[in-house]
Amino acid sequence: MTLLSAEGVTKRLAEGVTLVSDISLSIEGGEFVAITGPSGSGKSSLLYLLGLLDRPSEGRVLLEGRDTAALPAPELAALRLARLGFVFQFHFLLPEFSALDNVLIPIRRRGALKPAAAEARAMALLDALGLAEAAAKLPEQLSGGMRQRVAIARALANDPALLLADEPTGNLDTRNAAAVFDIFARLAREDGRAVVVVTHDAELARRTTRRIHLVDGRIVSDECG
Amino acid sequence: MKLILDLARGMLSRRRRQTLVSVLGVALGVAFFIAIASLMRGFQTYFIQQVIDVQPHIVIKDETRTPLPQAAEMAVTDGAVSVNGVKPRDRVRGIRASGDKLAILEAIPGAAAAPILTGSALLRYGARDVTVTITGIDPPRYRRVANLEKDLIRGSLEDLRSAANGLIIGDTLAQRLGVQLGDTVIAVSPRGVSLQMKIVGIFHTGIVTLDQTTGYALLKVNQVLQDRPNVVNQILLRLADVTQAEPLARQIEARFGDRTESWEEQNANILTVFVIQNAIMYSVTGAILLVAAFGIYNIISTVVFEKTRDIAILKSLGFTEGDIQRLFLVQGIIAGVLGAALGCVLGQLMIEGLAQVRFQTETPAGNDRFLLARDWRIFAVASFFAVASAALAAVIPARRAARLDPVQVVRGAA
Ligand SMILES: Nc1ncnc2c1ncn2[C@@H]1O[C@H](COP(=O)(O)OP(=O)(O)OP(=O)(O)O)[C@@H](O)[C@H]1O
Ligand SMILES: [Mg+2]
Repeated sequence: MTLLSAEGVTKRLAEGVTLVSDISLSIEGGEFVAITGPSGSGKSSLLYLLGLLDRPSEGRVLLEGRDTAALPAPELAALRLARLGFVFQFHFLLPEFSALDNVLIPIRRRGALKPAAAEARAMALLDALGLAEAAAKLPEQLSGGMRQRVAIARALANDPALLLADEPTGNLDTRNAAAVFDIFARLAREDGRAVVVVTHDAELARRTTRRIHLVDGRIVSDECG
Repeated sequence: MKLILDLARGMLSRRRRQTLVSVLGVALGVAFFIAIASLMRGFQTYFIQQVIDVQPHIVIKDETRTPLPQAAEMAVTDGAVSVNGVKPRDRVRGIRASGDKLAILEAIPGAAAAPILTGSALLRYGARDVTVTITGIDPPRYRRVANLEKDLIRGSLEDLRSAANGLIIGDTLAQRLGVQLGDTVIAVSPRGVSLQMKIVGIFHTGIVTLDQTTGYALLKVNQVLQDRPNVVNQILLRLADVTQAEPLARQIEARFGDRTESWEEQNANILTVFVIQNAIMYSVTGAILLVAAFGIYNIISTVVFEKTRDIAILKSLGFTEGDIQRLFLVQGIIAGVLGAALGCVLGQLMIEGLAQVRFQTETPAGNDRFLLARDWRIFAVASFFAVASAALAAVIPARRAARLDPVQVVRGAA
């Protein structure tokens, strides 16, 4: 079954501005997709639509075969909690909570694991991203690259089928950016997740398995390999 | 829910000082409420206790609440005849069949009844005349409804019976007449009867009008003096349970037709003052809590504004609008609960402080200090209002937070 598909998705603002128009695509598990395009081409807008953070004006988004257009907000939230993970350019960690607690937030919200199991899972995620020592630290005590990796661990907290990242390396130096992309590649390759990354960086985009290029809110090219 | 609590605590911890200020606001409101309520309740309870102690709980009078229907009106039932300006018949008034009624009243569980006859008389001693109201009592029965003995400073209630035509009078009255215990005065009633009466007791209640113008004699003696043999013009009742006074009074009035007043009705003017006092107290503390609520509104609004990004990320992670709303409501409630707890402690301290105050002058009731009610319900009410107003104050910012669109925030931050 197709993990995620968009059918004729268009997003228009009330003022008449069109952010994306008539996007149709489908993404399978195991794919590592880069969305590229000039500034203002609608990359972020598309990502929010695919991530069920925003609703299309026309068309529909299907997650695991399920049409999400008609779902009420709490059900969309539940889908985001269980099936999707987000990473943004800014890490958005909660400043009062340790790295571990930040990763625990989505796990606890979902409530599927007992406290001990939840903590073990959060620890394992941090460990896998080389953050075992950072677990008890507050975000302000961590470097930019570490923060972004904590944010990735948080996005992976509930073992999502689809990971969405909007310029996750925008604030990172080349070395850290490359490390993040390595993590994404591994997540797609080894865990069978789909990873969709918006990026400006053509160099990094080349590491993906598929590149979708947007111009003026339309797909102008979609190449694999 | 535990998660929501943890998040709420974390968010408030960043704003310690401001949180403390709004918590203090609530605490002051709660503490003032507790102190004022304790003062007022203490005084009011004391006052009512005095009234209940001193006065009969129910008084049955020899009158009707509305004029009795007139014979002419009863004969013509369609309302064609109406009789206005009815004057009381110049007969000897009194409660009819008082003996039967007394028996019925005595049968009520927890009730004690005493018949009395009141009437005015002129007391003459030497060249001095004073008009007084004489109450004719039956000591064994009267003792059960009123505590005259408590106020007696000379003589005793029993002496009314041992002496022929004994009379007990107030101390101020005794001074005005210039009489002492054992002296004999002449009492003249409006109906022209005159009796020689012996002063067998002197009382002091502290209530000026009573001490100055009242006297007690045996019921039989007063009936002779008033020339109203076997007449009783009031029946006094005392109840084991004073809260039953008003309903019982209504029942008695319905049954006998005689005007029956409970202690609440007789003291309605003062009880109304209490109601107004309480209204003022509630308004004042309500105003304090309102200011405190603004403090809470302020801090929650600030947190919502500052935490825009956190709210957006929580929503993108899958928190619902309901979760977010709860998150900030809980913060308001936390502030309210902390304020209430601190306020209860402060309130208790204020009560202890007030309890130390001593007045130079002694009040007629014999108190040189504040009368304070120490009632946990005052604390409960204050705390409840504090937490409720804190929660209410948090509702508006919490809803604003819940409606926040994460897309807008994430875009703005990028
Ligand atoms: N709420 C809005 N009101 C007006 N214009 C908007 C709004 N949101 C987005 N836009 C505009 O829509 C266009 C597409 O925005 P979007 O953020 O999707 O582009 P992007 O490809 O992610 O750009 P960037 O590379 O700069 O992040 C931009 O020109 C942006 O300014
Ligand atoms: Mg963008």
